[in-house]
Amino acid sequence: MDILVGIFQISLEQGLAYALVALGIVVSFRILAFPDLTVDGSFVLGGAVVARMIVLGYHPLVGVLLSVLLGFTAGCATGLLNTRLKINSLLAGILIMTILYSVNLRVMGRSNTPLLNYTTLFTPLEQTEMRWLFVVLFFAVIVFGSKFLTDLFLHTQVGLAMRATGDNEQMIRTLGVNTDRITILGLGISNGFVALSGALVAQHQGFADIGMGIGMIVAGLAAIIIGETLLRAKTVTMNTFAAIVGSFIYRLTITIGLWLGLAPTDLKMATGAMVILALGFPALKKGKEERFHLRGV
Amino acid sequence: MDLMLVLQNLRKIFHRNTIDEKVAINGVGLEVKEGEFVTVIGSNGAGKTSLLNLIAGTYLPDEGKIFIHGRDVTNLPEYRRAGYLGRIFQNPLMGTASSMTIEENLSMAELRGRSRGLAWGVTRKQRVRYQELLKPLDLGLENRLRDRVSLLSGGQRQCLTLLMATLSLPRLLLLDEHTAALDPKTAEKVIHLTDRIVRENHLTTIMVTHNMVQAIQFGDRMIMLHEGKIQFDIHAEEKKNLTVEEVVKRFGEKMLLEDETLLCKPVGTR
Repeated sequence: MDILVGIFQISLEQGLAYALVALGIVVSFRILAFPDLTVDGSFVLGGAVVARMIVLGYHPLVGVLLSVLLGFTAGCATGLLNTRLKINSLLAGILIMTILYSVNLRVMGRSNTPLLNYTTLFTPLEQTEMRWLFVVLFFAVIVFGSKFLTDLFLHTQVGLAMRATGDNEQMIRTLGVNTDRITILGLGISNGFVALSGALVAQHQGFADIGMGIGMIVAGLAAIIIGETLLRAKTVTMNTFAAIVGSFIYRLTITIGLWLGLAPTDLKMATGAMVILALGFPALKKGKEERFHLRGV
Repeated sequence: MDLMLVLQNLRKIFHRNTIDEKVAINGVGLEVKEGEFVTVIGSNGAGKTSLLNLIAGTYLPDEGKIFIHGRDVTNLPEYRRAGYLGRIFQNPLMGTASSMTIEENLSMAELRGRSRGLAWGVTRKQRVRYQELLKPLDLGLENRLRDRVSLLSGGQRQCLTLLMATLSLPRLLLLDEHTAALDPKTAEKVIHLTDRIVRENHLTTIMVTHNMVQAIQFGDRMIMLHEGKIQFDIHAEEKKNLTVEEVVKRFGEKMLLEDETLLCKPVGTR
């Protein structure tokens, strides 16, 4: 029984910590229909920037804000490559992701920055009796706050234009919207969330590492697919909620897998297989035309 | 009366200097008065859609100039002309965002050509107004404001598109065979609704159609395109007395129209 509670606790904590990645991917893949691969780089960027700032003696909050800002910039860069230089969306993301690898090494000055001896946002929470509860609450406030703000934004005039850009770009352009600018903005927001997640995860786990972003896209997609399938999400608010729920269930599956003896080295393979199955299964099923429609994939 | 649209010697060539080179528009000059309803007819490849694309700025002309209400828009990108233009395509799927609701689509259309901010996308006031607007369509859409557009039929979507295109009273309404993909009964409903909205709001309109009867029955001026040139331009009085037989006689002799267009039966009797 204790083990089950432990599994649940770990999964909830991890699920919330990585939920912002899924939320970011909802904005790029789902809302804008833009398969943005910058994520693997901007996640590390968030962690690297906050780690460096903390080591340099800045308040962790300053580090987090700078992380979000730089993540936003990285997303805009991908958007610019795609819209202004007409580089294919997948390639634009891969280019920025690759460039960020060097940037992140520059930022940290090495491949791993431990934070265990520094004060992070989690230090005050770690010192209390109810450590787990406070950490989870802390994450929950940030994650659901971000979800709420995203929902609000996507129902404003600009937000409607952003959703229409992913839905019917030709139509919204004839209504006078500069869809290039909207795409750049959306990718900025998306990667801002991803960098925020990276900044929080680095502090939570006590180090930033150059490899911490590998497979982040696929994990985020898995979370979204799980969440949307379970919740049958059709509206924007359900999409963002599904990302959070999916993130938790994805981590739960992984934690249970590890407990049952799945080798941690095989984790990414298992996740990849999960996404392939979810995307490909409906295509193989005869008589059912309706393919699992993940926009942007 | 002011001139709403002036085209001066427009030319557009696709795939220039290749084996596929095609002169889509070959020196078109046209003056459309404010409030005029012009129908454009011609066979496949005559340049009807290319002409609308040039006016809308989907692509830029190789030669010539375009003025909308006196302003030179020849080199303005599509999204910056949007404030002047309303446009409906043949494909009902093209005019609406299907994953979004009816009211969201209407709201986006209402802001045509204006700057968009962080104000709420659909306000209560707008919702009431949209209900009033949708009621005369007699499709029951006024009670389905929050339904996603993907739930609507092609005809319903095209009616919604029509409303969206005219909601902000554009200087110029461009209709690109907007009833061609609909079943005859729905097509008739949409074309009559179009006529009503155009008349009520005195919208300057250019309607491209494949259907000769439609081209004769509606509008107060008819233009025929062939191989990227204007072949005939029939004005008000003459057009009123025009019959299909006469058009067939005049145009058919010259072999300018395809059989398909000539044989097109009157709307609704197909």
